Amino acid sequence: MLSSLPILSTLIWLPIIGGLLVLVAKKISVSSVRWLSLLIAIATFLVSIVLTKGFDSSQHTMQFYEQIAWIEVFNIYYALGVDGIAVPLILLTTVMTILVIIAGWEISKERIAEYFAAFLILEGLMIGVFCALDAILFYIFFEGMLIPMFLIIGIWGGPRRVYATIKFFLYTFFGSVFLLIALIYLYLHAGTFEIAALQLTTLDQTQQLLLFLAFFIAFAVKIPMWPVHTWLPDAHVEAPTGGSVILAAIMLKVGGYGFLRFSIPITPYASSQLAYLIIAISLIAIVYIGYVALAQRDMKKLIAYSSIAHMGFVTLGFFVIYKLTLANSSYSELALQGGMVQMISHGFISGAMFLCVGVLYDRMHSRQIADYGGVVNTMPKFATFFVIFAMANAGLPGTSGFVGEFMVILASFKANVWIAFLAATTLILGAAYTLWMIKRVVFGSVANDEVAKLKDINSREFFCLFVLTILVLWIGLWPAPLIEMMDASVTNLLNQAHQTNLP
Amino acid sequence: MKTLCLIIVLAPLLAAIIAGLFGRAIGRSGAHWVTIIGVAISFFLSLIVFKQIIFDHVEPTSFDVYEWLSIGGLVFKVGFLIDALTVTMMVVVTFVSLMVHIYTIGYMHDDPGYQRFFSYISLFTFSMLMLVMANNFMQLFFGWEAVGLVSYLLIGFWYTRDSAIFANLKAFLVNRVGDFGFILGIAAVLAVFNSLDYEAVFSQAPLVNTQTFSITENIHWPVMTVICLLLFVGAMGKSAQVPLHVWLPDSMEGPTPISALIHAATMVTAGIFMVARMSPLFELSETALSVVLIIGAVTAFFMGLIGIVQNDIKRVIAYSTLSQLGYMTVALGVSAYSIAIFHLFTHAFFKALLFLGAGSVIVALHHEQDMQKMGGLRKYMPVTYWTMVIGTLALIGTPFFAGFYSKDAIIEAVKYSNIYGHQFAYWMVLAGVFVTAFYSFRLLFLTFHGESRMDKHTEEHVKESPKVITVPLILLAILSVVAGYFIGSIALGDYFAESIFVAESHRAIAELQSNYHGVIKFTMHAFAVPTLYLAAAGVVLAWIFYIYKPQLAEALKQKFSAIHRFLYNKYGIDELYQALFATGFKKIGTFCDSFGDRLLIDGLVVNGSAKIVNWFSSKVRGIQTGYLYHYAFAMIIGLLILMSKVFLQ
Repeated sequence: MLSSLPILSTLIWLPIIGGLLVLVAKKISVSSVRWLSLLIAIATFLVSIVLTKGFDSSQHTMQFYEQIAWIEVFNIYYALGVDGIAVPLILLTTVMTILVIIAGWEISKERIAEYFAAFLILEGLMIGVFCALDAILFYIFFEGMLIPMFLIIGIWGGPRRVYATIKFFLYTFFGSVFLLIALIYLYLHAGTFEIAALQLTTLDQTQQLLLFLAFFIAFAVKIPMWPVHTWLPDAHVEAPTGGSVILAAIMLKVGGYGFLRFSIPITPYASSQLAYLIIAISLIAIVYIGYVALAQRDMKKLIAYSSIAHMGFVTLGFFVIYKLTLANSSYSELALQGGMVQMISHGFISGAMFLCVGVLYDRMHSRQIADYGGVVNTMPKFATFFVIFAMANAGLPGTSGFVGEFMVILASFKANVWIAFLAATTLILGAAYTLWMIKRVVFGSVANDEVAKLKDINSREFFCLFVLTILVLWIGLWPAPLIEMMDASVTNLLNQAHQTNLP
Repeated sequence: MKTLCLIIVLAPLLAAIIAGLFGRAIGRSGAHWVTIIGVAISFFLSLIVFKQIIFDHVEPTSFDVYEWLSIGGLVFKVGFLIDALTVTMMVVVTFVSLMVHIYTIGYMHDDPGYQRFFSYISLFTFSMLMLVMANNFMQLFFGWEAVGLVSYLLIGFWYTRDSAIFANLKAFLVNRVGDFGFILGIAAVLAVFNSLDYEAVFSQAPLVNTQTFSITENIHWPVMTVICLLLFVGAMGKSAQVPLHVWLPDSMEGPTPISALIHAATMVTAGIFMVARMSPLFELSETALSVVLIIGAVTAFFMGLIGIVQNDIKRVIAYSTLSQLGYMTVALGVSAYSIAIFHLFTHAFFKALLFLGAGSVIVALHHEQDMQKMGGLRKYMPVTYWTMVIGTLALIGTPFFAGFYSKDAIIEAVKYSNIYGHQFAYWMVLAGVFVTAFYSFRLLFLTFHGESRMDKHTEEHVKESPKVITVPLILLAILSVVAGYFIGSIALGDYFAESIFVAESHRAIAELQSNYHGVIKFTMHAFAVPTLYLAAAGVVLAWIFYIYKPQLAEALKQKFSAIHRFLYNKYGIDELYQALFATGFKKIGTFCDSFGDRLLIDGLVVNGSAKIVNWFSSKVRGIQTGYLYHYAFAMIIGLLILMSKVFLQ
């Protein structure tokens, strides 16, 4: 019976409709808003578990396929399906949304319904991005996602939220315009918006290069890659905790996902031609942004910059495959998988780091590193978690942060010694900026009266951080199940990457 | 054997988790009991495995526990390799760990972080076992970083002390520099062999020796040299070889049991172990071996020199550890891997003994570490004194004590070696013997002999430490004597035949073996070579300076104050690094942040384009005046332009 249910539509619309219901429920009581939101998030999570259970990871084809004609004149379909690349990202989305709801339990007495509704609707839209098989449908989810996030930062954000939201919106919107142009051009060329069909379309060299650049601008802003990254630190600093968590954990991943769905399979020739550019930018992200992170005085900014550096491994993994010969396809697969693992892992770790900062911010209303010191004395439980996630952020083996970086470094070395050399500097830089922050915030003697008055985490906060710890350790100690889920799809993607799609 | 090995590894992990998470519930004695039982189980089971491999001659086995991940043809597994080298390390690690666990009951008696401490040292034991028992590079790296993490946590154990949290960050970052090389080395291994399994890599190693890595278009380096040098960078970090040695002396900020366990007996020797484990690779690169030899020789001598002028009792022993690690590295460089491991083995006992003895003194003096405030402790603390005398005699290489056999074997091996740099190394290690003897006896004299320099209050309360402290000292003292007698089997026999490979052309160890005719002859031989006399000279000089004519030492210090200051400041290397890396990195970061991100990207491009749009729109806005005649006028002009086109055609 379950198989007949349109499971992907359920995943998308359950949280969106649920979010609207939450808005209605605010008339009843605050607690009903909370519990209803949590219920919806958990229900969505359970559906995603059913999805994972039913997913056949030995196939690379799109599964749980749904299609309804939508705007027939333009050949636009409401078409959904998932492969091994989408499923882990959907799981990441449903898990993180639950945690954000729990973490935001007492965020604000006012407009709490709107707050939760925004996150639930956002969840549905993000899942939509990962399921869409039609380019226009993808584009609509891709753009629609911005609205709830815009509201989350704009309404519940910090003092400079207006500057941050406008910067965030213009930046990403600027990128999306190029995506739309690219899609319309492709439609005029191929007569379809079906992503799978576009991936088979032949395009000449110039077409591919131009399309690739258009895709690149759209997705590079989202990830974000250097030098179009400066919206992220501002957005994070002003966003409420939940907003930062979702932004870092999931929204950035949409950019990486875009590279895998559009850039590489649709314009493989251009991808191979311009791979050196992306690799160079990725390395700049790892090294240069690592240094920038070192200079930050604001914890959230520091973690935001650390996110950019870590996402550098994602793009490096995706494009270093073009520097590997076909005989070394195992290494190409290692690189692609490494990039994917890094996306999932970064989702958990950066989410956890932002939750940790949120815990401190809720108590002291400051994100400045200098305002803290010796937190471990008053908050030992919290300090334990914070140190664990910091270590994961620094890529300690046994945590998920290690796996992706390790895979990408190994594969890069096969391609070129110097790429690996620069990428591996993250071992030093990542540890330096993360642990230096920990030293100044967590360790030492109690810095001031405010810190002396801090109360350790409550059971609600404990739960969120505990769940993330388990996930981070699980992927770190046993990544095989995750890899297996993606294996067939990644192999298929690799085949597509080595086509040329030239006429 | 698989079950046995799993229990050996998991018992301390389980104990660490119980003591760490439920420390409050099980209480202080609960915490030490559960961890001591965990480590004791590991120790006794390790003895059983040891017996099977060494005495029953069970074949070395390698088996996998689970598959970490597999992609394409690349498989990464977690598994164990059990051979003579592994079991030796297992026994040393679990034994010293057990001693330190027991000792900690006394040493940390009043510390509020009691349970946390036990949890950490058990976690350390687990990590170290994972490291030495690994059968592949991935797991080796896991253990490698895990011991680094625990070391970080333990150096910063007293987290309210600024010096402690400075030291632990420094230790972690310097180690990360080593790991940077190490992970690239692992990547190089994978790139060449398509596998990270020891067995596969070692068996194919001789076949790939002609391959090269392209460093640039025109420069190609032999793969083995690249791999070995990169791996050795990792070893330099963990085993604190010059120039990555700076973290070890600072790590003395940690509680003393940790200095004994982690920063003397076990973790810091991981680099030595690793190179010995990789002997099938290092044997294929003369260049790498020479680098190893020279780095080791420099560390052995120059780090020992610093020990002469330090006043902190733990720091003297720390510099001594650096110097002894240098000796081990020298042994590796001349392909005498078994002797390196043998020195590691004897050093683990006598150095742990010295640290724990120093700890005993420190506890007795209420956490006073300055030797200038000690003196004459011999009569108050006889057990500590005599065990430390034994440890010191072993350290300086007195015949019949353990250190003599391992250190003399190293010096002899260097003499027989023919690898590039061996003459230099020979003089370094020889001079090092004198230096070692001098600083060791200086420590002994300043602490236990002469007049008391303690204040009244302390002197009244000084007494011998309790049994939980003295019993481990006595046990370690016994081993500091007898461990040396295994030289015939461990260092020069075929003990490591299955696990260590030495190329035919590297003759040092073979020469030594052919000249070896039993322990007695080896001991007697000492009287015919300069080593023993150098050590004796060091002792005598220390006696003159610190017992016979103490004013002489002071006068020399005044006269050569520049040299003294240079040594006392550790050649200024710490300050150099501080300026170059800590401050330098921060400056680069600030520059990138303020110039690159905020000025160029945000200021010029992002906000700049916003300003351009603003300027442009303000101009364009001028056109939308709202006056009808403006629009009408514009329309007419437009119409004229359009029509002109028609007319001109």
